[in-house]
Amino acid sequence: MLSYLKPAAFALCLVPLAQLAYRAYAGELGANPIETITRFTGSWALFILLASLSVTPLRKIIGWNELIKYRRMLGLFAFFYALLHFSTFLVLDHFFDFARIAKDIIKRPYVTAGFTGFVLMIPLAITSTAGMIRRLGKRWQQLHRLVYVVAIAGVIHFYWLVKSDIRRPAQYGAVLLLLLGYRLVVIWRKPNAARVATKFSAVRSN
Amino acid sequence: MLIKKAADIKASEITAKELYLNRRQFIASAAGAGLALAGGELLSPTGQAYALEKLPNVKKSSYTVNEKLNSLKDITNYNNFYELGTEKTDPSDNAKFLTTKGWTVEVEGEVKKAKTFAIEDIMKLAPLEERVYRMRCVEAWSMVIPWVGFPLSALIKQVEPTNSAKYIQFVTLVDPKRMPAQKPSLFGNSIDWPYVEGLRMDEAMHPLAIFSVGLYGEVLPAQNGAPLRLVVPWKYGFKSIKSIVKLRFIEKQPATSWNKMQPQEYGFYSNVNPEVDHPRWSQATERRIGEFLRRKTLPFNGYGEQVASMYKGMDLKKHY
Repeated sequence: MLSYLKPAAFALCLVPLAQLAYRAYAGELGANPIETITRFTGSWALFILLASLSVTPLRKIIGWNELIKYRRMLGLFAFFYALLHFSTFLVLDHFFDFARIAKDIIKRPYVTAGFTGFVLMIPLAITSTAGMIRRLGKRWQQLHRLVYVVAIAGVIHFYWLVKSDIRRPAQYGAVLLLLLGYRLVVIWRKPNAARVATKFSAVRSN
Repeated sequence: MLIKKAADIKASEITAKELYLNRRQFIASAAGAGLALAGGELLSPTGQAYALEKLPNVKKSSYTVNEKLNSLKDITNYNNFYELGTEKTDPSDNAKFLTTKGWTVEVEGEVKKAKTFAIEDIMKLAPLEERVYRMRCVEAWSMVIPWVGFPLSALIKQVEPTNSAKYIQFVTLVDPKRMPAQKPSLFGNSIDWPYVEGLRMDEAMHPLAIFSVGLYGEVLPAQNGAPLRLVVPWKYGFKSIKSIVKLRFIEKQPATSWNKMQPQEYGFYSNVNPEVDHPRWSQATERRIGEFLRRKTLPFNGYGEQVASMYKGMDLKKHY
């Protein structure tokens, strides 16, 4: 039974893409399809990224260690949707108008934040293979702490682009605060020796 | 002209209600129940056509642009009308709540003949005209819309403004029963209600400024601001306030909703201007709904010849 769980989770992560494809096929992307695709892929990238960040806390809280096996998959799916999101911006929205895109990245804070988050995901995706984890050793974990920056950049990107109704980015922000807060509490509550031990076991379980 | 009358809409273009509901169900179940956070935004349904009452004796106006019209479906399913929700498809979904029976419009302030008009009487103030206008949203998209309405000046002349009437403030209905998104929510409000807008008297008297009571020859759908809305085509769309219940003639420049919220982003004038960017995005180009490549945005949304003279001597970078 458990052996089906991982493929099932993989398939579940593809449901949004299937839904988007269905809506495109059925002509259901609304009056402004490019905006719909942009928002859809962006929201799912952020959602799955937050899901990947909840693996560790959930694992500790409910004590189900197997969960760690889903973390890489979730992280890579977050990157996958972020890549779709960026490609939409590049191809559909600006149709390879690189001068304008560069100007946007420099001049528009919400684009700067989003682009930063996306670029920082690239090394994380590249170093997600078992071989890379082995090769990088301790530095792998240090590098992958970048995911916190990525998530913060993602939420800020969303927050800065809305016109007035900040409720939805605020919800994402609240979840992120909770997830980051959990980590701070863990560090703060553990004496030094225990912290080293946890680090050691975390590296091993990877 | 490419004007498409309601009768020309093929039955096949109108989504049957059962299908529409089934589709929502399909989408919702496919996404799974655990994804509530992403849900609200990602599962918005799209597309419903409306059949409304036809307006009689509508004359074509010469104030008309010769560009391809957006479809009734796009015009009625992609709206910014925060009283009915902040997503583009919320206003059409919540349109059923906004009933307009017994609607009145109060005129007060610096006028000799302050009075409250019934909407039926407003419709008879002047002959109804069809005007095809460009509509440029501050969010850098645009449409071409066949409004039905009459010049603002027709109403203004009726109430005889005094010499101290320098501005008009417009006020939208506040009624959480009919405007569900006005209900206070746990996470706060999207806007301070009521929505208010304003024009300088010469802008309001300009022949291009109209009150709209319909589109595509039919009574205005709720999501487009029924029963009475402003249309000021050379300004960003948010100036064209919807579902108006009050006009206040005043001496000082009135407060306007977006300007109150973010004064550095939205000015009182808010004339369409490709040279003045919104602080967070460029206004140089726009996406015409239904087109793939962006278009260049025109000063005053292409109405410069008619309206630019009103702003002579003003620094439009300062008075954005």
